[in-house]
Amino acid sequence: MADPLLNTLESIVTNATPLVIAAIGETITERAGIVNLALDGSIVLSAMTGFVAAYSLNTALTGGGMAVATATMLAIPVGVLVAMLVGALIALLIAVASIELNQDQVAIGFVLTLLGVDLAVFLGTNYARIPGPQALPIVFPVLSQIPVAGDIFFKQSGFTYLSYALIFGAWYYLFQTRRGLALRAVGERPEAAFARGVSVNRLRYLYAGLGGALVGLAGAAYSLNIKAGWTTPPNMQGDGWIALAIVIFGGWHPFRVVLGAYLFAGLRALASVIQRTPGIEINIMVLNAVPWVLMIVTLLLVSSGAIERALLLLPRGAQKWARNILRSDPPAALGTRFDPERGS
Amino acid sequence: MKQQAWLSRVSLAVAPIIVALLLTGLLVIAVGGNPLQALTEVLRGGFRDVASFAGVVNFWIPLTLAATGLIVTFTAGLWNIGVDGQITMGAIFASAVALSWNLPGPLLVIAQLVAAMIGGAFWGAVCGFLKTRLGVNEIFGGVALNQIASLATLYMISGPWQPPEGGSVRGSPPFPPESLFPVISDEFSVSLVMLIVVVISLVMIGLALRGTRWGLSLKATGQNARSALLLGVPVNRSALSAFIVCGMLAGMAGAFRTQFAFTSPSIRPLVSGGIGFLAVLVALVVARRISWLPLVTFAFSALLGGSAQLKAVLRLDVALVGVLQGVLVLTILLFNGLRTRLESRTSDRSGTSATPTPSVSGSEAVHG
Repeated sequence: MADPLLNTLESIVTNATPLVIAAIGETITERAGIVNLALDGSIVLSAMTGFVAAYSLNTALTGGGMAVATATMLAIPVGVLVAMLVGALIALLIAVASIELNQDQVAIGFVLTLLGVDLAVFLGTNYARIPGPQALPIVFPVLSQIPVAGDIFFKQSGFTYLSYALIFGAWYYLFQTRRGLALRAVGERPEAAFARGVSVNRLRYLYAGLGGALVGLAGAAYSLNIKAGWTTPPNMQGDGWIALAIVIFGGWHPFRVVLGAYLFAGLRALASVIQRTPGIEINIMVLNAVPWVLMIVTLLLVSSGAIERALLLLPRGAQKWARNILRSDPPAALGTRFDPERGS
Repeated sequence: MKQQAWLSRVSLAVAPIIVALLLTGLLVIAVGGNPLQALTEVLRGGFRDVASFAGVVNFWIPLTLAATGLIVTFTAGLWNIGVDGQITMGAIFASAVALSWNLPGPLLVIAQLVAAMIGGAFWGAVCGFLKTRLGVNEIFGGVALNQIASLATLYMISGPWQPPEGGSVRGSPPFPPESLFPVISDEFSVSLVMLIVVVISLVMIGLALRGTRWGLSLKATGQNARSALLLGVPVNRSALSAFIVCGMLAGMAGAFRTQFAFTSPSIRPLVSGGIGFLAVLVALVVARRISWLPLVTFAFSALLGGSAQLKAVLRLDVALVGVLQGVLVLTILLFNGLRTRLESRTSDRSGTSATPTPSVSGSEAVHG
């Protein structure tokens, strides 16, 4: 691993991990017709709670005489579970407000995202900037022996391995199973799904909670792995919005979402490499603005029809194929409410 | 019977406040604080003396300006989360004038306000252009533009406006004396000019939304953009105009912040102080009832004014006030939903939406 390029690529995969997990979670939720706009607050709050849970358990166990390595191995999964629970609860609150109380999902999500950050800062003050248990990289047996790819992809933490499983799992579930078909139907044409006997709102609760739990997992990936601990102001704040934009960029398809997350992490890494290069003088504020400009540009590409026009340049045979891959329409019933008593 | 209905109405209006206080109180207990003491400190904090009350008013002015602007964009069905960046951009433009123009006092004050309106309107127009011409949803455009605006502040402070003593990002040098907004008295340092500006803005926006062609076209755009377009309302143009008007008001709030947010008038990082996000919460609570707006912003400002006491007296994190405000807005929205659910159960079940927010259809909500 002496090669600096390999090092950079490896760190891109590490840094993209929470974005991948959160964006896949949100993809699942939005595919079922619910917008969880509270991603940013959820990630921050679950990062804090996950860290505090893992830290407290770790301290208690080592204080009781347990070996540090064993205590960490117990504390991290517990922290992860707590973070997932927090993420799921926030998403379920949005679902309840929409389904039972007819409130706008965007409004509730926005309030919750602000609230999540404030809550995390308030409750986490005493845990800021203290060392706690951290998930260490695990050298994956056999696969890590592959030249180049092994170094980049298979000397990562458990969070990253989980994210690989999620990518393929989400794709398989959404597009290859009957349950996935029902999930998508609930987000596209709830009345049709309802007519076929699918209980629309029950599925929406289920996938809001599941997607929210994954957002919580992403939060834990920050505080128990890549950002190592908790700080105020939260150092992962803002990434939730980027994950939301990646879902749109990814056209609500797991593979493209992942591509977006890696692309994003890659460009960020590029910016910091440029910054460290001697001889190039770029104001650090300009570099920090890069992700946000990128966010606007990627959304622009998706929505302005630029991709459509680029497709017309392709040979006719390839056009249909490419259009299928680049399709980026949101689920038709996204953000709307379904009333089973009226069937609409 | 009538009295009973009235009673239940009042209790449903008070209930969210009590629930929010209880929930936040539990959090204070969780960190080992005394919730009653915290509440009294926050409530009293803004009203201890003339100076602390001036502090409350100095939160109220920018918050009311920004929230008034948001009523305009909400009416047009737009989620103008970018309002925070519009405040920041107004502050940057006002600072540019204050730091480099040579004008006599009153003119320099007016020039700052005009520059701030241009700055805020410019940033609002960027968001509106992205939304209406290029299809970038205003929520994401706004979030990104907010970040870019605060980075622009840091850039200006660390570069062109670096104080002579050298490289810090703490803030610009203090503005020259001619640029300062006149205040009522040293003790009660509130700008009378700005109070008048706020009142005029509130009245003008209220009247414009109710009784002008422009206001009606905004309403039509907000309620159903597609049929408004079919009826000949220039949907894109009215959306863009809403962003620009909101930006102008938010920009003035930014100019105000440079004058009154810090110990000496200057521009510093986080100059908006999150006022923009708070204004979104206010706009969610008042929905389109603009006459309620100054009261709600006053309540929120009083909480902000009292927050300094939390840290000073009780050693509790100031974020508690943000928590209380967030929980309050959340419970109000949820109780709104609960009320309509109960009402529609007792009367006929006409499915009118209780949502006081812009009716963003789902696909539009995230896609544009």
